[in-house]
Amino acid sequence: MARKKIREYDAKRLIAEKLGLDYNAVLVTPEADLENLPLWTHTIKLTVKPDQLFGKRKKHGLVLLNADLEQAKRFIKENTNKEVTLGKATDKLTHFLIEPYLEHEEEYYLSIVSGRDHDIINFSEEGGIEIEENWHKIKRIEVPTLKDIKDLDLNVSENIEQFIKSIFEIFREENFCYLELNPFTIKDGKVVILDTVAQVDSCSVKTEFPKPFGRKIYPEEKLIENIDSNSGASLKLTVLNPNGKIWNILGGGGASIIYLDMITNLGKGNEIANYGESSGNPSTEECYQYAKAILELMCKNNGKILFIVGGIANFTDVRDTFKGFSRALEEFTGQLKQNNVTIFIRRGGPHYLEGLELIRKTCANLGLKHYVHGPETSMPEIIKIAEESLS
Amino acid sequence: MNSCELFNKSTTTFFYNLKAKPIQAMLDFDFLSKREIPSVAAIIHPGKKGYHKTFFGNSEILIPIYGDIKEAANKHPQTSSLINFASFRSAYRSSKEALLTDSIKIITIAAEGMAERQSKELLALAKQNNKIIIGPSTVGGIVAGQFRVGNAGGENENILKAKLYRPGSVGLVSRSGGMMNEFFHIISRAADGIYEGIAVGGDQFPGSTLLEHMLRYEANPHIKIIVALGELGGDAEYEIIEAKRSGKLTKPIIMWVSGTCASIFPWEVQFGHAGAKAGSEKESAQAKNRALSEAGIIVPESFEKFEETIKEEFKKYAQYEDIMEEAPNIGERRKTNFTSTISDDRGEELTYNKVPISKIISEGQSLGEVIGLLWFKKKLPDYFTKFIDMCLVICADHGPAVSGAHNSIVAARAGKDVVSSLASGLLTIGPRFGGAIDEAMKHFREACDNGLSASGFIEEMKKKGILIPGIGHRVKSKKNPDKRVELLKDFSKNFTSTKYLDYALAVEEVTLQKAENLILNVDGCIGVMLLDAISSEFSKEEVDEIVEIGYGNALFALSRSVGLIGHILDQKRLKEGLYRHDVGDVMYG
Repeated sequence: MARKKIREYDAKRLIAEKLGLDYNAVLVTPEADLENLPLWTHTIKLTVKPDQLFGKRKKHGLVLLNADLEQAKRFIKENTNKEVTLGKATDKLTHFLIEPYLEHEEEYYLSIVSGRDHDIINFSEEGGIEIEENWHKIKRIEVPTLKDIKDLDLNVSENIEQFIKSIFEIFREENFCYLELNPFTIKDGKVVILDTVAQVDSCSVKTEFPKPFGRKIYPEEKLIENIDSNSGASLKLTVLNPNGKIWNILGGGGASIIYLDMITNLGKGNEIANYGESSGNPSTEECYQYAKAILELMCKNNGKILFIVGGIANFTDVRDTFKGFSRALEEFTGQLKQNNVTIFIRRGGPHYLEGLELIRKTCANLGLKHYVHGPETSMPEIIKIAEESLS
Repeated sequence: MNSCELFNKSTTTFFYNLKAKPIQAMLDFDFLSKREIPSVAAIIHPGKKGYHKTFFGNSEILIPIYGDIKEAANKHPQTSSLINFASFRSAYRSSKEALLTDSIKIITIAAEGMAERQSKELLALAKQNNKIIIGPSTVGGIVAGQFRVGNAGGENENILKAKLYRPGSVGLVSRSGGMMNEFFHIISRAADGIYEGIAVGGDQFPGSTLLEHMLRYEANPHIKIIVALGELGGDAEYEIIEAKRSGKLTKPIIMWVSGTCASIFPWEVQFGHAGAKAGSEKESAQAKNRALSEAGIIVPESFEKFEETIKEEFKKYAQYEDIMEEAPNIGERRKTNFTSTISDDRGEELTYNKVPISKIISEGQSLGEVIGLLWFKKKLPDYFTKFIDMCLVICADHGPAVSGAHNSIVAARAGKDVVSSLASGLLTIGPRFGGAIDEAMKHFREACDNGLSASGFIEEMKKKGILIPGIGHRVKSKKNPDKRVELLKDFSKNFTSTKYLDYALAVEEVTLQKAENLILNVDGCIGVMLLDAISSEFSKEEVDEIVEIGYGNALFALSRSVGLIGHILDQKRLKEGLYRHDVGDVMYG
């Protein structure tokens, strides 16, 4: 749970609703029927752009402006499921936003960032795609956490001041962490938001978040997300590279990163199949489900190395968690053996001796290659032990 | 306490939310560290009160439980810390209340998943009130040999292995709680162990930052070197760099920022901690490690080299003194099935609420004073004990015809022994005989506290169909007043407050207009005066408890036992035979 991006469509719809305005827009999904668009799309000129959490769309030539409905439909049809590469991420275009096209002169910039002691407003009368070049013209206003924006004088023209204050209140009420309106303009005395980027705090906003561009979502990840949201413990799973040989059942938010750092340091980062962590004393059943999801993916994708490693837990019961992991291992014996999987284990914490003994027995009974270590073996040492198998 | 110390050997804390395991873990640490007093002063658990039984060493102790923060803080004004184990749903509210409680200075929040805006508000409130927050989403920390927060440091075996029961000279700070524990071990191998270790928590905006704790370590003369573990995401490390550059941090710092793997992943990976995601190149682990190193902070070549680097640097800046101090053995523990908090017969001398019996005798203490010790568990003021004595005398007997005495007499005449005959009489005490004190206390208190007028109260009781307990007498009336009530009323001039008595007399004034015998009777008078006395001497919660348990009727039962025994002895002396009721006196329907 943390800061998560939401779609432009959802952000604008929420803002319009809070401001009591109409928001004419259509989010076209792959399942949408393009022959059944609302009436207004037939009568005015349109703007069409992908809405998949990535920016700089204009610079990538992915924004269609001043189009009639037929042009818009053609643009969407041509681009749907088209593969696009942005930086390191490659993904298909699936979601498009249709809005009324608006001829406009001024382009204003507004962003609000949630900082440690303040919420920071950045405003410029020269917004648009050149904002980074014009960054020195930005007006920056810091609003302390406990200060009401109503009590501040922003020193901008009155209708813009009103607008910024309303947006700021929505920002706080709706638990935004980042909100960028670039640009917005004023047409016939009314503010119109043209482009939006938004992040919200997933601890307070309970919704299904769209996936980051370039990431494929696996059902196993969804399952773990579901278990996580219903548990007092923390259980996370992210598949990074299903073709990687190295699969990981990691313990602890901090230790989990360090293990992947060390594997990367050996030059094996491209073999890391997944990230994940469990912490906060998950139950045996939760651990069983967690390990099962990872083993399922691992066996399907022909993984070779399994790390069940973590730090020295403060209060996560190693015996209970390893009971769950052992049960899952037993279920996948055949495939693990067939794939000639080697297991490396290192963990400390409450009841670790019993936990380690249990999993050692399980591995031995199943005839799996295994290395089982406790806290006397340091975190780097277990990676060293595994080094040979990794190359 | 120095400002560079959050906790020391005499620090005590509140523990919010009754969680037996971490509380026991803290007390075990206390024992292993040879603390004289347990670190948990009290437990706060909404809707609960009483005591929690737990081990300190191998003997059991009782930790008081309070229903809210305010009451706990009133009772323990010296307690400066609160460890909040509330869930993320309620942690904001309770932490805010703690921040606004003057005596509580340091709040540790364990909950994971607190909304960012709530964390920010708590943080701003803490700054406003000059308080310190550790967390949210943290396991806390340890000052070796002095104080432990919750589960930090794991099981006792771990405390011993990582030598956390006695101070070393390394200051440790980390985002991650798991890694903090890992480093307790690393530092016990590579150096002489930690002096203090804090995990600030993995959230976006931890209540206190890595730097804030490092600045404390800088000011703490016991700490020779500082070890810190950062993470990708956020800009906490750049604050450290600035402090290092401006000369605010001069002690050797060994620091590593984890998350170097993130750069090879195809998209921005959200790691386990909410704050662990690099939004920009500057927030990446590589950039931070580079910048730290450029600022003169010792950055190991990789995490793998961390332990070795600590070892080398420690040698340069501190001397390893092998502290031979051993931790005491906890020994065998045996759980008890009973708890007693009023008297102790195990020592040389019997004590009543810790007062030796010889002292009670030599001071010539009255039964009222002993009741203070054994019932109210404290030395009551003079007027209060005299009032009790007076009640005991006034209610001791009311002639042979009242139902309790009658039953005792019948039992005694049936040949039953003294104790059985007494029981027979005592068992008669109830709502219609002698047992109206508790009910009178309950109703008068509720009405008076709710601000009902006298006639409003009478009206309401009538609507409910309840006769007002403590009002009305069979024989006595306005013209023929009850002398006992007169004596009690007269004594009330010694009271510090007569709020409830005044209220009851106002009610009596109204009821007397309806009938002559609707006077405030002796039960009612004792009830309201007892209310006045306890309300002056005890907190609202304690008064709630006294009224609910039923101290009023207990007082009557004790007093009347004197008279009942008198009647029994009288009958036995008179050799009275079996009593059989006259059938002529019974109508057979």
